[in-house]
Amino acid sequence: MHDNIDINIEQLSKTEGHADLQVKVRNGKVEDVKLKISENKRFYTQAVRRRHYSSIPQFVSRICGTCSIAHLTCSIKAVEKCFRIQPSEQTQLLRKLSVYGMMIRDHALHLYFFCLPDIFVKDSIFDFDESKEYLVKQAFVVKGVGNNLSKVIAGRAVHPPFQKIGYFSHIPSPESINEILNQLKTTREYVFELIEIFYKSDFNFTRETNFISLVSDDYSFLEGSILTSTGLNVNEEDFWNYLERIIIPYSQATGFRFSAKEYMVGALARMNLSNNKLCSVSKKNLSKYLRIFPSNNIYHNNLAQAIEILHCIDHSIQLLEESDFKSEPPPKITLKGEGRGVGVIEAPRGTLYHHLDIDKDSKVTYANFVIPTAQNQIKMENDIRLLLPRILNKTKHEIHHELEKVIRAYDPCMSCASHFLKLKWI
Amino acid sequence: MRLNVGWFSFTCCEDSTIVFIELMNEKYFEWKKLINFKYFRTLKSNNSLNDLDIAFVEGAISNKKEEESLKNIRVNCKKLVAIGSCACTGSPANQRNFFDQVTKNEIQFILDRFDNRELVSPLSDLVKVDDYISGCPMDEKLFLTKLNQYLKEFEIVNA
Repeated sequence: MHDNIDINIEQLSKTEGHADLQVKVRNGKVEDVKLKISENKRFYTQAVRRRHYSSIPQFVSRICGTCSIAHLTCSIKAVEKCFRIQPSEQTQLLRKLSVYGMMIRDHALHLYFFCLPDIFVKDSIFDFDESKEYLVKQAFVVKGVGNNLSKVIAGRAVHPPFQKIGYFSHIPSPESINEILNQLKTTREYVFELIEIFYKSDFNFTRETNFISLVSDDYSFLEGSILTSTGLNVNEEDFWNYLERIIIPYSQATGFRFSAKEYMVGALARMNLSNNKLCSVSKKNLSKYLRIFPSNNIYHNNLAQAIEILHCIDHSIQLLEESDFKSEPPPKITLKGEGRGVGVIEAPRGTLYHHLDIDKDSKVTYANFVIPTAQNQIKMENDIRLLLPRILNKTKHEIHHELEKVIRAYDPCMSCASHFLKLKWI
Repeated sequence: MRLNVGWFSFTCCEDSTIVFIELMNEKYFEWKKLINFKYFRTLKSNNSLNDLDIAFVEGAISNKKEEESLKNIRVNCKKLVAIGSCACTGSPANQRNFFDQVTKNEIQFILDRFDNRELVSPLSDLVKVDDYISGCPMDEKLFLTKLNQYLKEFEIVNA
């Protein structure tokens, strides 16, 4: 049992981007916890000002490599709201498929490469022995099918070129659709194995949480209303009115409270609030797993991610089998003078909000971005504070590992979380 | 014998890291025999800087800590390769270099608080860079061509 302990973790491993963690325990009491997102800011909030609206989606895609499709899609949605552009049904369908490709790839990277080593007590997936080599092979197949789906639909998995304001500049060929359909179908069985692993995992850190997510009728991450565990139903445009930006002086990212309270966004929030909306084909095979939700165990975020991979595969198969894509012209954009557009989508790590104000010369005058990991930052830090007293009987090395593990369960993306600046820190 | 590789990232969106990890979908089992990933913080916790043949470095340099880390990588590797646009040219991570004075004033307190450098720089402003693989994200085909070249150069495979 440690009465006094100091732990400084420089650069948490197996996460996207950079963060440090510092904890201090004295006489058995937690005196200090600092989760420092140390990713250097690139000041996108400032950099978008005075840029022409048409350049913004591809520009803000560069906020994050792994979530670039989320930023691109959310920004396109904000511009379309600004100019009252209604994308065609085909464009909306292609967007769903593009986002599904990202979800499959991004969740698979997190689950196989960042979380499975924790479950099998290995440093990395590189250290898996022959008995687990089949999982390494499956990891690359599942991740690969997400990557390939994004390539077929959007041209690339990172900063994809085909996804434009109001339309897609290229339509997938029937041959490429058949090929990706085959890949999606053969990948399903691997995902069931992944779901079973996270279902069986006994990792547990549970506490009452207010979960928040955008809920759509078909669990497609792109539209609907923002729901909360406390029963609120908020329009996309009004989301910001409920948020309070919290300055965290030692972190490069600001935190958020919703209605003055801590909350969580992400796969667990989506699964808790809307698992009844999952694709019917997936749901048929998932009843044992879905009974777990709603759950306040943060490690069930990873089970929720695995279930979402299956949903994205099954819904993609359904959409692609029914598809008959035809080339569509770009929409006519009528500039209506000054405008304001808010886009909200569910990114892999939770609710993503882009707000743009555009002037009569079609230039951005103001931007506001609310990022999932920044929204979870306060809860992550509080989890560490509450977890520490329960694990002080472990060795320092084990405590270090437990702290990293609970943060990894959130799948934080530090690259996204920093890079914005709204308020002056005190 | 395997090629000792380190993969590092500084100020950027880590898009080339993602592209590299996606290349593993097809290449991992081939690379496993040829490459020893000694430093790859995104994928492992136990990392070492010792005896690196090649350091692949993504991202631009924005603060003094990054500057020191980059110099430390340089003295520990035989070849340092800049990966992606931010490492090769500084952009777009260096966009604050081009802000007007009013905007610079607005962000100055952040730069002071986190010990930022006055300018965000490409790697070559601070250390000797042996090779460049550009693109935003990096060009996949160019990366594979260069990697095959390095494997021959370090005599991991026959020339």
